[in-house]
Amino acid sequence: MPAIPSHVPEPSRTDPALIRNFCIIAHIDHGKSTLADRMLQLTGVVEQRQMRAQYLDRMDIERERGITIKSQAVRLPWAPTQEPGNTHILNMIDTPGHVDFTYEVSRSLAACEGTVLLVDAAQGIEAQTLANLYLAMENDLTIIPVLNKIDLPAAQPEKFAEELANLVGCDPDDVLKVSAKTGLGVEALLDKVVAEIPAPVGIKDAPARAMIFDSVYDSYRGVVTYVRVVDGQLNKRERIRMMSTGATHELLEIGTNSPEMLGADGLGVGEVGYLITGVKDVRQSKVGDTITSLSKGATEPLGGYKDPKPMVFSGLYPLDGSDYPELRDALDKLQLNDAALVYEPETSAALGFGFRVGFLGLLHLDVVRERLEREFGLDLIATAPNVVYRVVMEDDTEHTVTNPSEFPEGKINEVYEPVVRATILAPSEFIGSIMELCQTRRGTLLGMDYLSEDRVEIRYTLPLAEIVFDFFDQLKSKTRGYASLDYEPTGEQTSSLVKVDILLHGDKVDAFSAITHRDQAYAYGVRLVAKLKELIPRQAFEVPVQAAIGSRVIARETIRAIRKDVLAKCYGGDISRKRKLLEKQKEGKKRMKMVGSVEVPQEAFIAVLSSDDGGGSGKGKK
Amino acid sequence: MERMPSALPDGEPVPDDGALPAHALTGAADRPLGFYLHVPYCATRCGYCDFNTYTATELRGTGGVLASRENYAETLIDEIRLARKVLGDDPRPVRTVFVGGGTPTLLPAGDLVRMLGAIRDEFGLADDAEVTTEANPESVDPAYLDALRAGGFNRISFGMQSARQHVLRVLDRTHTPGRPERCVAEARSAGFEHVNLDLIYGTPGESDDDWRASLDAAIGAGPDHVSAYALIVEEGTQLARRIRRGEVPMTDDDVHADRYLIADETLSAAGYSWYEVSNWATSAAGRCLHNELYWRGADWWGAGPGAHSHVGGVRWWNVKHPGAYAAALAAGRSPGAGREVLAEEDRRVERILLELRLREGCPLSLLRDEGLKASRRALEEGLLEGEPYEEGKAVLTLRGRLLADAVVRDLVD
Repeated sequence: MPAIPSHVPEPSRTDPALIRNFCIIAHIDHGKSTLADRMLQLTGVVEQRQMRAQYLDRMDIERERGITIKSQAVRLPWAPTQEPGNTHILNMIDTPGHVDFTYEVSRSLAACEGTVLLVDAAQGIEAQTLANLYLAMENDLTIIPVLNKIDLPAAQPEKFAEELANLVGCDPDDVLKVSAKTGLGVEALLDKVVAEIPAPVGIKDAPARAMIFDSVYDSYRGVVTYVRVVDGQLNKRERIRMMSTGATHELLEIGTNSPEMLGADGLGVGEVGYLITGVKDVRQSKVGDTITSLSKGATEPLGGYKDPKPMVFSGLYPLDGSDYPELRDALDKLQLNDAALVYEPETSAALGFGFRVGFLGLLHLDVVRERLEREFGLDLIATAPNVVYRVVMEDDTEHTVTNPSEFPEGKINEVYEPVVRATILAPSEFIGSIMELCQTRRGTLLGMDYLSEDRVEIRYTLPLAEIVFDFFDQLKSKTRGYASLDYEPTGEQTSSLVKVDILLHGDKVDAFSAITHRDQAYAYGVRLVAKLKELIPRQAFEVPVQAAIGSRVIARETIRAIRKDVLAKCYGGDISRKRKLLEKQKEGKKRMKMVGSVEVPQEAFIAVLSSDDGGGSGKGKK
Repeated sequence: MERMPSALPDGEPVPDDGALPAHALTGAADRPLGFYLHVPYCATRCGYCDFNTYTATELRGTGGVLASRENYAETLIDEIRLARKVLGDDPRPVRTVFVGGGTPTLLPAGDLVRMLGAIRDEFGLADDAEVTTEANPESVDPAYLDALRAGGFNRISFGMQSARQHVLRVLDRTHTPGRPERCVAEARSAGFEHVNLDLIYGTPGESDDDWRASLDAAIGAGPDHVSAYALIVEEGTQLARRIRRGEVPMTDDDVHADRYLIADETLSAAGYSWYEVSNWATSAAGRCLHNELYWRGADWWGAGPGAHSHVGGVRWWNVKHPGAYAAALAAGRSPGAGREVLAEEDRRVERILLELRLREGCPLSLLRDEGLKASRRALEEGLLEGEPYEEGKAVLTLRGRLLADAVVRDLVD
């Protein structure tokens, strides 16, 4: 291990020529966090005895699920092996690794000049990595291809070096081979970062412009905003302005992470760090926004700012109706840290009071639900996720439908649904089954390319609704887990869509309403009706279970009336037991939801709504 | 032979001397007092039985106290004497005695008679006392029956279960078809005024016709009382294991409902009318008065291992194991394992759940507003009879009897 560099340049006084801003693009489990750990150790910013695995992934949930939700930036001093003494500043920006957070990824990339493309030497590149690689290429980043886990017996470094070389347009010999686990090759990688990634370029004397690439709520310090200074300089205690909203704040603290927060006098051109203004809500410090000085500030913001737009909606209801205020408080708290999370109160005849919550995607939904359950101790029912529909009526009025039960009645002219461009990477032997799956999900083939002899990239246009509906599970099972998927919204299309209602004893159950393609409505109706028949206990009267489009019934089952509910014997020794059983049954009755006159067990809702075909997210939960 | 479930409830401890809270005896004079005597022995355990019974003839308790069939009557008489002490100067003569099990007739008739004698000595028997024993068709003969009748028993209940060999085999019953019917005749000749036959329906493999044949055979034997029970497959029994392994099919609830309707139709046509969900009698005199004490919240003392007692809103139950039971009595302690003092609401709920099962029904005055609303719905749905309802009684219709537990759940609100 090299000596810890001396004469480390300080924040706000660092020559941009010595700065390298880079990120690591990698698929889940390809070793990004482990590589970051090695870099923290090699550059000496974390002492050996304080080292723990996945140091930067702070939240429990991230660590457990092996995914990174919130990016961070770490300032690493590094003197290249060839020029000891010439200490550079490497800012490693951690990007989120999932499709739902594409916008955040693009902002992180915009803060960098280069990226390390990290690929598992036993698995090759995956769809999400590829998508992020394309994003990096669009941002003109210098790409350093790296194969990780070369110590694994299953590693095929030659094969995948070839694949990476084809993608990036380099020589296979230029692909670095490392083992983040053992540290092999990581020093060479740091040297290469210094050698190949361009130094940031900005105008020192111009008004300050800094781009926000992340914003994190901390319960002790309020919102911590991560920025990359493009032009000029931000100084502590100066007043700043958010260019998208015009809101002004005082810089209470500015500094860098090494990896813990460390205050500084300011941040100059090309530097990456954090700032604290005392705001309590990340929506006041939005990713992608430009920060400038209040006095003599910039007039033109940096490009690329977008408001996060929820793509997937789900109703969240407390299992116990009396937990509604707790759910509201919990969502309020989560929103402090999640600008993309939107919600509004919603009432369901079947599920009571809850919220319709908008998410960036399925992983986002899953993460939010899990945090609500884990960090706030709530038991929730989540309705099947759905997308946003735009319905244009014959009289030209327009409805935006985020909840299937709000689908308008009456004469509909057109229904628009969001579509995505999906990229699937898989071994070529699965082409047939992948195409079959995409066809049944109303996909349109856009193109197909071989990445190497036996790996193929398939591109489809697919309705987003088809993806939120167990697509990923199906894809995984049809390709024995080898396929990877990425998608990005590309607009909307008109489709022949209908709302399927489920009726219990003639009463509509709003929670079970779904919008499906006309051709799939019948199958959906039949499946749900059969499932409900299984899950709802027999009642004192016969209960028809129907699926209907408007007033037309498309599927029907009947739950026969219960004919016997009596214990045959009730003698002296049975009475206490029978009274206690009665008390228990009364408790059970309280957990029933009344839908009209039908008692539906809570479990039936959960089973139907969270089952694989009802809106599973591929995590196999519940 | 199956009057006592094996699992005991949770409760507070019973004092060593078995003393009752003072309020338990308030107003006792107005309530009848009955005795249940449990005999926890069987020759073999039946596959469907989860009752507190043992096939061993000797069971060792703590401190080496031996509980055996031979000295069982003496042990039980110890508890009758304890009852006398606990009830103090309660002047009531005993109105009913019921010996159940287990298989009481595994004991010599003299033992049963001596146990009854102890009650007579300690409490006195009312002039018109009903004294019943359960009996296994294979373990009695005319001499045995004569001895019981001479000793003061006037009612006998035979476990017939079914007239079909293949059904009896699934139930592990060892008697041959026809034997229970002959037992009725033998009991009549011995001078028993009241005879009951117990039947079970819904045994795996039983058909509607098998069930009709059993009912016809029972009716043909001429008892004045018939009990018919749906077979309950209790967890932990041999039968439950056989069903789980797929060796015998589980009976569907709808089949039970059909069999019940067949039973009520057949028995009614033969002159037996229902007076409790599972009990039919030819006349008011043919009813089992002892069971009616349970259903009407009277006082009864249950003696024997695992037996339950109820006096003035205090319910307690004895330790289950015959060895532990004998050891407690040998040490001069109450064999009570636990008890509960019923709150007013508990008693209200119990009254509803018990009285609703009776032909006389449950007074609507026991119901609160929600319960009354529910009773009106039940009336509209045809689960309660119209005429008695007008007179302030909730009385189940035939269909209502099959859904009695569901109706109770709504009425107690």
